[in-house]
Amino acid sequence: MKQVDLHIDLPGLKLKNPIIPASGCFGFGREYAQLYDLSILGGIAIKSATIAPRFGNECPRVAETPSGMLNAIGLQNPGVDKIIEKELPWLAQFDTEIIANVAGSNEEDYVKVIEKLNNQPTVKAFELNISCPNVKHGGIGLGTDKELAAHVTKLCKQAAKKPVWVKLTPNVTNIVEIAKAVEEAGADGLVMINTMLGMRFDLKSGKPLLANITGGLSGPAIKPVALRMVYQCAQAVNIPIIGVGGITDAEDVLEFLYAGASAVEVGMANFTDPYCCVKIIEALPKVLSQYGYQSIKEAIGRSFKNE
Amino acid sequence: MQCKYETIISNELLVPQTYRMVLTCHTCAEMVPGQFINIKLKEFSLRRPISICSIDGDRITIIYKVVGQGTKALSEMKAGECIDVFAPLGHGYPIESQRDRVLLIGGGVGIPPLYELAKQYRKLGKHVDVVCGFPNAEACFYEAEFTELGAHVYIATMDGSKGCKGTVLDAVRHYQLTTTFICACGPLPMLKALEAVYNDGYFSLESRMACGMGACMACVAKDQKQADMYHRICKEGPVFPIGKVVLA
Repeated sequence: MKQVDLHIDLPGLKLKNPIIPASGCFGFGREYAQLYDLSILGGIAIKSATIAPRFGNECPRVAETPSGMLNAIGLQNPGVDKIIEKELPWLAQFDTEIIANVAGSNEEDYVKVIEKLNNQPTVKAFELNISCPNVKHGGIGLGTDKELAAHVTKLCKQAAKKPVWVKLTPNVTNIVEIAKAVEEAGADGLVMINTMLGMRFDLKSGKPLLANITGGLSGPAIKPVALRMVYQCAQAVNIPIIGVGGITDAEDVLEFLYAGASAVEVGMANFTDPYCCVKIIEALPKVLSQYGYQSIKEAIGRSFKNE
Repeated sequence: MQCKYETIISNELLVPQTYRMVLTCHTCAEMVPGQFINIKLKEFSLRRPISICSIDGDRITIIYKVVGQGTKALSEMKAGECIDVFAPLGHGYPIESQRDRVLLIGGGVGIPPLYELAKQYRKLGKHVDVVCGFPNAEACFYEAEFTELGAHVYIATMDGSKGCKGTVLDAVRHYQLTTTFICACGPLPMLKALEAVYNDGYFSLESRMACGMGACMACVAKDQKQADMYHRICKEGPVFPIGKVVLA
């Protein structure tokens, strides 16, 4: 088997492979570091940072669904100052690209978090979470309106000294117009998709299972939706896309590359199998080679590119 | 802490809806009572956290109740089958060797983790009282097993069909158990009732979990003293000192 080139250069990110654990599913990596060397990973999208610490929602915060799960954690995090003090210095030991997911309850909060993280050399890029469905002002209000999405992107771009990726919500009628709007506002890339709004009910009580009532659906259940949205946006914008949604194996990664993603984030699968990112990275050269690729670049956007 | 394929040695009905499984485990040497394992079942996205009942060489015993589709699937697995187990997880009951007596209080499937704990306190020659609460006589399990360890067992049933009629606290009063250091595991109302009476000892909590290892923040409990402080049930717990976290 020929050596397969897994490496890809993206704004702010020199990825040795396209596998990035998704924000919220990996904490700050400390738990997974007990299981494997995090330097294996292309990058890590760390847990959302907000300007002040957040406790998040009441419990229960998760519920299982067919081929997926609902979560309504509510952006629980220790706040950006603690992250700078405790988590980033620890993460600096790993040879992997750290993406800081940024969240806020208003536009100013995003800018404040970015300003705090600007001079942190460990952070290679920002990921604007304008798509969390689980907090009232968790960004989804910004992410579902193209003008608001563009405006927060613009403000963050002006403040940011590192590339800005914008994480989009699928809970919209037309994701392409939002993708175009944030591209025009200066986004360096798109991360898509965040979770889809869903519910479950308790059979005994008749009440919603989640204390937050609604939650975000993730896992293989949303993979076809994510693929469709990546496919549509990849043809409408000229900035790179990191695909997210239900990836569990190397074949899923190849599908996202075909749809137009240049890298991927892996979320819920880390819970099902804590070693899944390692397994995907190990399997990827074999799967790419099996379908005739010598590099991941050859597969990106293959579904719509003329050959 | 490792994720490995283990082999089921046996999996049988213990009492109605409640099963006992014996399985191999690669990480027995690391385990302490009160920790849990997280089991992957085919066709299910999330693992099932189940407390460790007994650690015996390279094998463990778990006792679980069928409460949904996942535990139903678990109950249908056969001896000889392989099962994906992530273990051991969480922090268990500290063994406080300076204590002469310990009172263990369990309700239903909260009882199993107390078995290994009783075993370890008995090995140290301590006086162990165990109060087990069940809905009725039919649901009772492990009275003989605890007795074999040399523990003193007291049963409470809600319908009075065995032992003392009422809750575990009714049994504590009825049998005049005066030990003040307790370790308990069981349903939330039971723990709340115990918290009103005891302040020395440990509670083990149950929660819906996702990662089971502290990364996802799905199972958090608030600190009783510091409003903005939280503890992960899967990581800092599931065992907490009484009075540490808000029981909710």
